[in-house]
Amino acid sequence: MSTIRKSLFNRLDGIVLLLYIMLVTIGILAIFSVEHRTTDTSLIMMNKSYMRQVIWLGYSLFIGFIIILTDSKFFSSFAFLLYTICIAVLIITIFAGVDVKGSRSWLGVGSFRFQPGEVAKIFTSLALAKFLSLNETNFKKLKNRFIGAAIALTPAVLILLQKETGLALVYFTFFLVMYREGLPIGILLIGFGAIALVLTSLLIDRITLAIILTGLTILIGYIIRSTLKRKIGARIILISVWLVAIIFSQVAVPFVFKNILQKHQIERIYSMIGIEVPNEYNKAFAPGDEKKEKTNSSEYNVLQSKIAIGSGGMFGKGYLNGTSTKNQFVPEQNTDFIFCAVGEQFGFVGSAVLIIIYISLMLRIIHLGERQRSDFTRIYAYCVACILFFHFAVNISMTIGLAPVIGITLPFISYGGSSLLSFSILIFILVRLDADRQVLIR
Amino acid sequence: MSLTANPRRYVISIIFIGVAIVMLLRLFFLQNFEPKYKILANDIAIYKKVVYPPRGVIIDRKGRTLLSNTPIYDLMITPRNVPKTLDTAELCASLNIDKPAYESILGKVLVRNLEVRQSPFMELLNEEQTARFQENAYKFPGFELIERNIRIYEKPIAGLMLGYIGEVSPEMLKKPRYASYRQGDYTGLSGLELQYEEVLRGQRGVHYLERDKFNRPRDPYRGGELDSQEISGKQLELYLDMELQEYAEKLMANKIGSIVAIDPKTGGILAMVSSPTYDPNLLRGKARSRNYAKLYREATRPLFNRATQAMYPPGSTIKPFTGLVALNVGAITPNYGYPCHGGYGGCSRKIACEHSDAGHAANFRAALAHSCNSYFCHIFRMTVDNNEGQTVKQGLQLWHDYYTSFAYGRQTGIDIPYEGKGLVPDSNLYNKMYNKSWNSCTIVFVGMGQGELLLTPLQMANGMCIIANKGYYYTPHFVKSIGKNEKDTLLRKYQEKHVVLNIPDTTFTIVQQAMQDVVDHGTAGGAKIDGITVCAKTGTAENKAVVNGEVIKMQNHSMFVAFAPRENPKIAIAVAIENSGYGATWAAPIASLVMEKYLKDSVTYKRKAVEDKMMNAKLINRYVYTIDSVIRLRDQMVYEAKVERKRIKDSISNAETNSLYNKWINYKLKRKKGI
Repeated sequence: MSTIRKSLFNRLDGIVLLLYIMLVTIGILAIFSVEHRTTDTSLIMMNKSYMRQVIWLGYSLFIGFIIILTDSKFFSSFAFLLYTICIAVLIITIFAGVDVKGSRSWLGVGSFRFQPGEVAKIFTSLALAKFLSLNETNFKKLKNRFIGAAIALTPAVLILLQKETGLALVYFTFFLVMYREGLPIGILLIGFGAIALVLTSLLIDRITLAIILTGLTILIGYIIRSTLKRKIGARIILISVWLVAIIFSQVAVPFVFKNILQKHQIERIYSMIGIEVPNEYNKAFAPGDEKKEKTNSSEYNVLQSKIAIGSGGMFGKGYLNGTSTKNQFVPEQNTDFIFCAVGEQFGFVGSAVLIIIYISLMLRIIHLGERQRSDFTRIYAYCVACILFFHFAVNISMTIGLAPVIGITLPFISYGGSSLLSFSILIFILVRLDADRQVLIR
Repeated sequence: MSLTANPRRYVISIIFIGVAIVMLLRLFFLQNFEPKYKILANDIAIYKKVVYPPRGVIIDRKGRTLLSNTPIYDLMITPRNVPKTLDTAELCASLNIDKPAYESILGKVLVRNLEVRQSPFMELLNEEQTARFQENAYKFPGFELIERNIRIYEKPIAGLMLGYIGEVSPEMLKKPRYASYRQGDYTGLSGLELQYEEVLRGQRGVHYLERDKFNRPRDPYRGGELDSQEISGKQLELYLDMELQEYAEKLMANKIGSIVAIDPKTGGILAMVSSPTYDPNLLRGKARSRNYAKLYREATRPLFNRATQAMYPPGSTIKPFTGLVALNVGAITPNYGYPCHGGYGGCSRKIACEHSDAGHAANFRAALAHSCNSYFCHIFRMTVDNNEGQTVKQGLQLWHDYYTSFAYGRQTGIDIPYEGKGLVPDSNLYNKMYNKSWNSCTIVFVGMGQGELLLTPLQMANGMCIIANKGYYYTPHFVKSIGKNEKDTLLRKYQEKHVVLNIPDTTFTIVQQAMQDVVDHGTAGGAKIDGITVCAKTGTAENKAVVNGEVIKMQNHSMFVAFAPRENPKIAIAVAIENSGYGATWAAPIASLVMEKYLKDSVTYKRKAVEDKMMNAKLINRYVYTIDSVIRLRDQMVYEAKVERKRIKDSISNAETNSLYNKWINYKLKRKKGI
């Protein structure tokens, strides 16, 4: 109890804050390197993204400071209320959203725009932490598991309706948190199995796949035939798995591809697998797009991104010498593809340092989570770590061709006010809660 | 919940670390083992820009610019960036073209290049077009003016000597001299521009620029550390005096002929005129080939450099040299006289002399002053027949050696290309001409500058340098310094003193004295300049033209050679005016005016009348045009006959091969049947 007597600011976790400041600084330097021109007369140019990012950092630090001064009980007490408001805002966004590049995930007030989907992560984390840490919640019960999943996935569905698939996928990372809190491993495996099934059903001809799946089921049934004879449950499971797989690959995947996913998303997924979009899913162009040729833009993006990173070599081309990023060859290079700037200018060494900083931050957050007395803070910490991990892993993987290009940002580094602000708030709430780790927060 | 470690914590941590390791491995291979990305990155982002330095400027002896560069503008178009709403009418108006022309050019551009590439829309815009376009440039996106340099001749003088530039031809590119050139590069094609191409051209620079996604060049790549800087062409400083050259060209207007003026102390050419001249500005830019063809067809042949290529019989202007050699080999003494009474009868044919009064050839000085034909024919015979036991061949050879050392009958080595050799006959030539049966009487005309002897005006002027310098000369040349360096290796050969066969100063003094007499009380009274001792010799050269195999005797060439001042020679000059009459009438006053202009900076007022007379005289005979058209007609016919002969020959040889082939086929067939 001695730590409690220390002042609030001395109880804040220095390592997390230090790593946070490092990442934000790297971010601003990276955006600067992409935007700076030798013809610029001054470093302070308000029309440049890096200056706006600095201003957003100012807002973030200000809000962070307010969070530090807030009572730690506030976050758990108001978790559900904030979550409800957040869901309401997401619903409003579906109808009132501003159209930005085909997605309606932005709310605009005058020249100010923000993306509720980014901020919703915070409140979903708080709500999930609150729900799982409630005394009456027994996470071994199926009902509670469903409620947990519902809390995590409701925003995802709403964001999906805003046609911002990448952002929606982030919410699946909460299953990793639920796994930590006792969700059986099987559910995660089923999740991975489903992804594997999606991929195979895209890669392999549908009828061939049905035959393969049936054959596989018969083979497994033959191998475990003694078990099947003894247990009816096993038979039911096997048959239902087969049935689900068939329905999934024959009905669900084509339905999703034909009716739900957007043209660019289909292209991204196929570009990652590395095959042409089949005619079946090749959507007709929107009437306004008639002039645009059919170009696989995401393939181009990934190629340019790989050129930028690959040409960096071991030690990079040096700061402000990145020929690809500086000259706008990489699309979206100060938001989704900002990692190219690091990879090109600082090479493998620089990229590795960045990755190590991220991993250190995430492991430190897990460490913070595990040292809490209160479950609420621990669960919240895991939420933060998992969200960061998903963003970090998918964003960097997509720049180097390991994942499909889904538009999600690199935390703290990508340009964008909503992104920087929401990640900062995530971190500052965590730091605030951690400062009171000896107090039991309910 | 307990505070004990939960194993799932480690599972999650391991997932985090595992993914990070996968990414690091991928990055490691991507960044270190896939060099194609480096190449691709350079390909897309680095733009190699070749920068042409300005060509060297040519200035005269007083630093006045003769030939320099001026920026001109090409209008470039990037069709993709041209908006549909472009006001074509206004664009056409500012370019002074009409709408169909605009559309046809645009069509051509689109066919030749892609929409996205910048390509020339109009080349070499004139001043008015440039100014009007620049005023309104902001209204025409997609169009851009690109600046480049072209040569500009400050005054329309010395065109043949300065030369011109043009695009290097595919044939030239095959030669080693043009190894570093590329299609579309410009190179000197004649005159000094060709001779000093290597120094005038400078060195191309290569700049590596980064370009962006839209192909716009931006910053220098890696701060420009890989760039090679362009080096400007070096400046050529000439001995030529711009004012003098202009004045000389004015004097030669409407005459066919040439003037060569040399500074005897350096061999530097002060003025060189080949008349008729042309405006060198005609031979630049896009009008060059058209104007060239036009000039080439002119009957007066303005593209033919008469100063270095035309070969004239020197006439009496050779007499100082006939005397010089005769005196030096000991054939005569200065006091030697010949009793001329209006002709030379030493040989079977009588050679006429202009003078018949007794004593006009009483000694060498008098004979030269009065230009006695008899005297010089005689002493030439005495030279070649000199010394007992020496054949005429040996005598002629000795004389030939002297003339060769005067740079007669060979190229002087002047620094503009295509120099004529002239002709100094030797025994081989006469053996061929006269089937080996000839003697000093056969070749006697050479002594008075007629016969087989032919010289270029440049050689005549150089000869004057030799007499002025008393026995040496420097190879005549234009360039004084290259890039302000007078000791450039290219100029070394022009700084070598050439000493002629050992002739003592005293002999030269005698000849100089005689030449001074020519002006003071001889044939060249019109060449007198107040206060300056001029040494000179007039000449009136008989000449013939051969038209369609017929030899036609033409009006005499008016010739004149001189140098001044005698005490401290500063200018040596040769003037030749074709088919105009006596040397004293035209060539002498012109030479004298040029010398006066050079030595005194201006011509005295009292000679104004002479000056006007010379400038206004029109001495081009009408038959020049007739002869020219006849010659051209004949050339055309010869060419056509040649083509016809070749055609007949080809068809015959074709027929032969065909019949051979037929024979072979028949032979084969027969053998087949036989079997």
